[in-house]
Amino acid sequence: MTEVRVYRRPVPTWWWVRKRSYFVFVMRELSSLFVAWLVVYLLMFLWAVGRGASVYGDFLNWASTPWVVLLNVVALLFLALHVVTWFNLTPQAMVVKLGSRPVPAALVIASQYAGLLVVSAIVLWLVVR
Amino acid sequence: MTRRRIEPLVWLMFSGGGVLAAVLLPVLAVLFALALPLGWVSRPEHGHLVSLFGNPLTQLVLTGAFVLLLVHSAHRFRYTLYDGLQVKLKRTVAVLCYGAAALGALAAVVVVWSVG
Repeated sequence: MTEVRVYRRPVPTWWWVRKRSYFVFVMRELSSLFVAWLVVYLLMFLWAVGRGASVYGDFLNWASTPWVVLLNVVALLFLALHVVTWFNLTPQAMVVKLGSRPVPAALVIASQYAGLLVVSAIVLWLVVR
Repeated sequence: MTRRRIEPLVWLMFSGGGVLAAVLLPVLAVLFALALPLGWVSRPEHGHLVSLFGNPLTQLVLTGAFVLLLVHSAHRFRYTLYDGLQVKLKRTVAVLCYGAAALGALAAVVVVWSVG
């Protein structure tokens, strides 16, 4: 038996910088790294809270240094890209039905923003009051 | 066969983590990474935070959220490396991504349940 060898044209590493939509796609996927960073950051925050008031105070001082703030701002920008693209994709990924009628895409998207607001309000109410 | 059986579960966790990253993570990040350190809001008492994060219900929610967020992140980054950045070391990439997520999940359990 002879092995069939198929030629595959190699895809260049930077294929996604030439077109805007490709670039946004890769940036959207890279938001995953910043989601991971924010989880790590939140775990460090919780760890500091658990170690006592002075450790917690030191942590807040560290977290307000320029490089940490910059990193967190960048992370939030990537997270915003995730939020917008994720909400926009949902009506394409699933058809939501109310009775026998499909819910319009705009309504599905709007209700997700409403969910974001409600969850945010609950967290704010729990933490800052 | 095992791989095929696990694949839908990973995608399910990816979606769950994606929803949490869109709905829950923004407020946590803005609040704890910017608003509290930079003093945009009056800082809550340390004792209040201990009782909030030491509450088993909070701990349960946070553990689940962190695990899903980490799986979401690992799964997505795996495909970013494979399709986006053309890193074709399929197995190595998968092991590194899910391995990091598993370590992170373990750390999350330890940290979340150490408060209080």
